[in-house]
Amino acid sequence: MRLYDIEVASRLLLGTAQYPSPKILTEAIAASGCGVVTASLRREGPGSGAATGGAGFWSLLKASGARMLPNTAGCHSACEAVTTAHMAREVFGTSWIKLEVIGNADTLQPDPFALVEAARILCSEGFEVFPYTTEDLIVAERLLEAGCQVLMPWGAPIGSGRGLRHVDALASMRGHFPGVPLIIDAGIGAPSQAAQAMEMGFDAVLLNTAVARAGDPVAMARAFGKAVDAGRTAFEAGLMPPRDMAVPSTPILGMADLGLGGPA
Amino acid sequence: MITILGAGVAGLCAATALAERGMSLRVVDSGAEGAGASWLAGGMLAPLVEAESAPAEVAQLGASAADWWAARVPGVARRGTLVVAPPRDRAEFDRFAARTTGHERIGPERIAALEPDLAGRFATALHYPDEAHLDPRIALSALAEGLRRRGVHIRYDTQTDPDRAEIDCRGLAARDALPGLRAVRGEMLLLRCPEVTLSRPVRLLHPRFPVYVVPRGNGLYMVGATMVETDKPGPITLRSAMELMGAAFALHPAFAEAAIVETGSGLRPAWPDNMPRISKARGRLHLNGLYRHGFLTAPALAEQLADTFAPTRTGVWRCG
Repeated sequence: MRLYDIEVASRLLLGTAQYPSPKILTEAIAASGCGVVTASLRREGPGSGAATGGAGFWSLLKASGARMLPNTAGCHSACEAVTTAHMAREVFGTSWIKLEVIGNADTLQPDPFALVEAARILCSEGFEVFPYTTEDLIVAERLLEAGCQVLMPWGAPIGSGRGLRHVDALASMRGHFPGVPLIIDAGIGAPSQAAQAMEMGFDAVLLNTAVARAGDPVAMARAFGKAVDAGRTAFEAGLMPPRDMAVPSTPILGMADLGLGGPA
Repeated sequence: MITILGAGVAGLCAATALAERGMSLRVVDSGAEGAGASWLAGGMLAPLVEAESAPAEVAQLGASAADWWAARVPGVARRGTLVVAPPRDRAEFDRFAARTTGHERIGPERIAALEPDLAGRFATALHYPDEAHLDPRIALSALAEGLRRRGVHIRYDTQTDPDRAEIDCRGLAARDALPGLRAVRGEMLLLRCPEVTLSRPVRLLHPRFPVYVVPRGNGLYMVGATMVETDKPGPITLRSAMELMGAAFALHPAFAEAAIVETGSGLRPAWPDNMPRISKARGRLHLNGLYRHGFLTAPALAEQLADTFAPTRTGVWRCG
């Protein structure tokens, strides 16, 4: 999978919040095989740790070898998101930015208007923007016009674990933008849901809570890694189309007549 | 003469355990009394509730903590812990119940019987009857007083060469000797609210960090604590204050009229697995990485540490 000219081996991206410990987080990253992790700058930024020579959260994360995708989590306006992106570029040394502009604090739904505005500014400044958006096709078109080369439609609201709530709309989106990398971001609660997204032809999934808050995050990370692989392999293999009627997989023509049939 | 660095919960517990084995020692702290992270702790002795996110070893280390403290300091209340959630977080509540043991799920009548001021506010709660809590400041002062009365010198605001000490309990200040130790910032509030009466710690489920409201008596309540992966010191942030105040208000609206007596922030020392440990580095023993479980795990670790010097205890010192 290519994201902004970078070849990324794994189609699973992980968030890094809410893990019981940094050790479990790094073990989960390794077990999942994921190659990209998101990181929020808002409160737990690196920098302060480096100054005092401590082995902070960030150095532990860096040691995992995963590529960093900083995000603008928790921003509520285009201006705030742009400022956060600037800080992230400086701190993490990458022009990748997961652009999140939240429209409602309760539902954490993306604000499509501010999102497009912020995407336009950041793309023009040379950022490689991964916008967290809805499945709305027109918003998606505007984001592409703004310069985004990857889109991240939601599966369900952040942290809800509801899976793909609008399957038909997501299928339309996949069909409408065949050449654009589409990453399902947010709402994935179970490996089966991740596999479903991959079977539908989405390029990758990004999740956090489902792994971080599992009883055994490392085992759950492994399960998601397998599900994403399975779903992608199935998509590439070509799924059979569903039918309304049963079709016997064994031909009945030529079956032995054992004389047990109905009335003569 | 053994020198112990650090007069926080780790240092004073280690000093007490060693002194009770008849060892001659002194305690040196580079800061003022009450300046460290221990002073800001919640003081919950809640191994069962903490098991929701902590490894099982933390609960094992903490199982005897209430007995250890109650034998030595005043004010250990064995009144259990309550865990409640707003109705919309019911799924999170069920998850919490499934991830912990030693609780019973109680309804509105039992809630009202345990904490009359919470009557009618929550449809269901988890009650952990075997847990306890204490006031960290009273407990630390009592340990220090007990040590002093038996001739142990405790020096605050005193610099000393760490390499000449035998035991290092300095928390984050020992970071140069302990690669891998990191800071997890915590922030807390102290409220005075005589309008609300609670007799045991109440934990309110929160999506990002565990919020406790811990009664300190006389209408005082500690509300804490945040968990931020940073070693930035400095006063509580507006957002953290809002979140902690919001949690208190969600527990009982009468907290709206509470006086904010104190706000605090400190840096917890933590290892990458968030487990405390005794280790050897630079020629001395370290007791460090107590993370958010200082008062819970320090007694058992202090006893382990003291065992390596002298296995037999000569008595238990009751103070205060």
